[in-house]
Amino acid sequence: MADVHLPNLVPAMPEILLAVAAMGLLMLGAFTRDGGEAAALRASRQVALLGLVALGVTLAAVLMVAAPSAVVTFEGMFVLDDFAIFMKLFVLVGAALSLFMAQSYLELHRIARFEFTVLMLLATLGMLLMVSANDFLGLYLGLEMQSLALYVIAAFHREDVRSNEAGLKYFVLGALASGLLLYGTSLIYGFAGTTSFSAIAAMLQGAGAPPPPGVIVGLVFVMAGLSFKISAVPFHMWTPDVYEGAPTPVTAFFSVTPKLAAIGLLLRVMLEPFGALFAQWQQIVIFIAVASMVLGAFAAIGQTNIKRLMAYSSIGHVGYALMGLAVGGQEGVTAVLIYMVIYIVMNLGAFACILCMRRRGQMLVNISDLAGLSKTSPAIALGLAIFMFSMAGIPPLAGFFGKLYIFLAAVRAELFTLAIIGVLSSVVAAYYYLRIVKVMYFDEAAEPFDRDAGREAKWVILGTALLIVSFFLIPGPLVTSASSAAAALFGS
Amino acid sequence: MRDLPILSLVTFLPLVGVAFILFVRGDAPMVARNARNVALLASVATFLVSLGLWFGFDPAGADFQFVEKREWMPALNIAYHMGVDGISVLFVLLSTVLIPVCILSSWESITVRVKEYMIAFLVMETMLVGTFCALDLVVFYVFFEGVLIPMFLIIGVWGGPRRVYSAFKFFLFTLAGSVLMLLALLMMYLEAGTADIPTLMTHDFRPGLQVWLWLALFAAFAVKLPMWPVHTWLPDAHVEAPTAGSVILAGVLLKYGGYGFLRFSLPMLPEASVMFTPLVYTLSVVAVIYTSLVALAQEDMKKLIAYSSVAHMAYVTVGAFSMNVHGIEGSLLQMLSHGIVSAALFLIVGVVYDRIHSRDIATYGGLVHRMPVYAAVFMLFMLASVGLPGTSGFIGEFLVLVGAFQANSWVALLTAIGMILGAAYMLYLYRRVIFGALTKDALKKITDLTPRELAVFAPLIVLVVWMGVYPDSFLSIMHASVEQLVDRLAAAEAGLAAAPLALR
Repeated sequence: MADVHLPNLVPAMPEILLAVAAMGLLMLGAFTRDGGEAAALRASRQVALLGLVALGVTLAAVLMVAAPSAVVTFEGMFVLDDFAIFMKLFVLVGAALSLFMAQSYLELHRIARFEFTVLMLLATLGMLLMVSANDFLGLYLGLEMQSLALYVIAAFHREDVRSNEAGLKYFVLGALASGLLLYGTSLIYGFAGTTSFSAIAAMLQGAGAPPPPGVIVGLVFVMAGLSFKISAVPFHMWTPDVYEGAPTPVTAFFSVTPKLAAIGLLLRVMLEPFGALFAQWQQIVIFIAVASMVLGAFAAIGQTNIKRLMAYSSIGHVGYALMGLAVGGQEGVTAVLIYMVIYIVMNLGAFACILCMRRRGQMLVNISDLAGLSKTSPAIALGLAIFMFSMAGIPPLAGFFGKLYIFLAAVRAELFTLAIIGVLSSVVAAYYYLRIVKVMYFDEAAEPFDRDAGREAKWVILGTALLIVSFFLIPGPLVTSASSAAAALFGS
Repeated sequence: MRDLPILSLVTFLPLVGVAFILFVRGDAPMVARNARNVALLASVATFLVSLGLWFGFDPAGADFQFVEKREWMPALNIAYHMGVDGISVLFVLLSTVLIPVCILSSWESITVRVKEYMIAFLVMETMLVGTFCALDLVVFYVFFEGVLIPMFLIIGVWGGPRRVYSAFKFFLFTLAGSVLMLLALLMMYLEAGTADIPTLMTHDFRPGLQVWLWLALFAAFAVKLPMWPVHTWLPDAHVEAPTAGSVILAGVLLKYGGYGFLRFSLPMLPEASVMFTPLVYTLSVVAVIYTSLVALAQEDMKKLIAYSSVAHMAYVTVGAFSMNVHGIEGSLLQMLSHGIVSAALFLIVGVVYDRIHSRDIATYGGLVHRMPVYAAVFMLFMLASVGLPGTSGFIGEFLVLVGAFQANSWVALLTAIGMILGAAYMLYLYRRVIFGALTKDALKKITDLTPRELAVFAPLIVLVVWMGVYPDSFLSIMHASVEQLVDRLAAAEAGLAAAPLALR
């Protein structure tokens, strides 16, 4: 009888917990929903609450399994290091806040179903696997798990044409991207003979001869696939439509956690297995970064729908993050991590403000609907103004410090052209962020928003705004943890 | 007394006022009244604390005084480092004098959103004072750039009809300049291995690098100053801003540019500064003559004063780049004088604007018959702007010309022509507004200055005359620091002359 060889399950405990919780909640929902609309609503509330608890427990589990050094398990498919832990913490926080804000929106649109929470949890599980992937198979499994759940929740508003369009568009283009990624992986496997990150890294570092061309071609395909997931130019075209069509809390979720996880994945893939090919992929990353920053800045100017505007804004922000990747090295990665964390905080805050845009029971998405908000709801207006100034990178708000670290890294690496294009496109981008402030503060007041709109969102606005305003007081903790997370990528 | 963190107190005391205003509750008139009172109290208290700088400053020392240093971002060796020397201390005082004046001057003219208005001014005071005290590149940049937020809102919310356009133009122009400066500051930080401004002021950067750094800094300071041809945001911003906004804009914000040249470009990049002196001279002379001619043709009082600001600030660059003690002290004094005189002139326009709601020169005429006190105050500041001996304007312009003459007599000659034009447009303005017969019906009932308005002007009148009659109180403070700067520049000039081929 063969020995049953069980891998070390401890490092994957948070994932296991979350998977069990998601399946348990699925069962719970399925068995309690009989009894019409009221029961379905009750089930959705119950499951959402338990989902939040599950995310909290997973967060605690992540903190508990944190080990001083990197641990590899599942035959080298899964790695748990400081980098993965850092990413997981913020992925979980982002997911929890998105879920927290979602319920009242869903109830308003009569689409509150318990499946929403379950899908969110499954997507989050996929992201946790993504940032821990140490093998192309693990990478693909995590990515697909995340993507499939996201395709469904993009179309969660079943009776809304735009939501369906968003889901379908996201699915078709996402499947294409996954295909590219898979094709690239197969090329890499064919030429390198392995899918393990560490084995590929050893092979590429050891070889004195130039790397096999198939690996480089494969790498380009992998980069294309991942660029799609982080919505970097030229693979960004789905973003505005999906952001616009998907239910707003889903958009908030899309713009935060999947992006963070995909950036984490991209960082690991580029720097661990392909770190030796830095010179080959650096110019691609530079091009993507420049194209994203410039397009994000210019294309957002003409937008009237605030969700589309946020889509272009997120494309621009990804460009800045990629600038850090183009620098490479520990300093570049630290800058990317700091930038992304600050970005998700301001983005969650901005979407929380968008979730408060409700008038007579109707959600609003046009920038002109914000007119005179500073008179009708001064608190929300102040919050959104803080997020907009922060995104524009005006000190002393947190967004400035994100950019500061990125530019510092770029200047140190002597990527001057990139840095100059970056700062100039941030001036262009400042225009559309200011336009929102202008509409809120300079224009005549329109009818006020519903007072009870976005009850939960208001808490999120308060919390994130405080973080953004006070970041400059104590930048230390984030910087130190980002820097030790970045060190993990270069430690081994 | 010496151990008190006086610079941090001056910088952040206004924010305490903000915290109080935020918690003001009640019906609208009460909130407005309380906000005004708290803001005035906070800004006066800040001014009183800042007097400690005036009395405690040791004029014999060229080094930074009242220094405070605390860890901020230790991983990057960036610290919260504050201190003032003879160049910056007077700007701190200028800011703390003008903010109470602004708040008092908007006592009645601002009636909507008073609470937010007062908060914006107090936040602005923090940013202004912080900029002049900062001794770390990142701290400096945070304050330098942070001032955009309150100013943008002040122009945009309480401004005139074209306020949106003006606010955007102001914000984007200055932001575009500043971000390039940010890159230069980062490069300097990486090159020298420290963000500490006193250390950087003695660091010798590679001459090849200096050129690029200088140009990037120039982009920021030239827009702020503003120099021709990037001055176009200024007339728009001034015309649309509320009176107090114009006062701060002309009084302190423009000084950012001149201060930047004297704190960064000249001491840190002396070789490049020497190389680019002809460029600065050319742009300044064009500004002096061209904008004076433009001012002569203006029909709008605020626009006229805005153009005169561009011309007056060009003296500052001429003086600074003459690179001798006279010129640099003159440019500093010119900045202080312009800070007070142009602020007062905008307030003077504000007085009649509050009554008639028009800035057109043609609306007025013969005001002296109804407003003798106003006419006298206006005359004093008009003559100070022209540079009449006995007023602050004379000392500044005279010292600048003395300095410029030593460096380049052609520049001195052309700048002096600007002074004549300056007299022309100011006297012409005064004649059209104040003299003549009072024929217009709207003006028949106009009233003279109220006691509150007199209280606004009183400190400014005292300062203008003090600076004009006994400038040594101010010059002695800056003297040691300026001499140190001039020595450094002279060494750079000598080095360049000795090795011209290698560097050019």
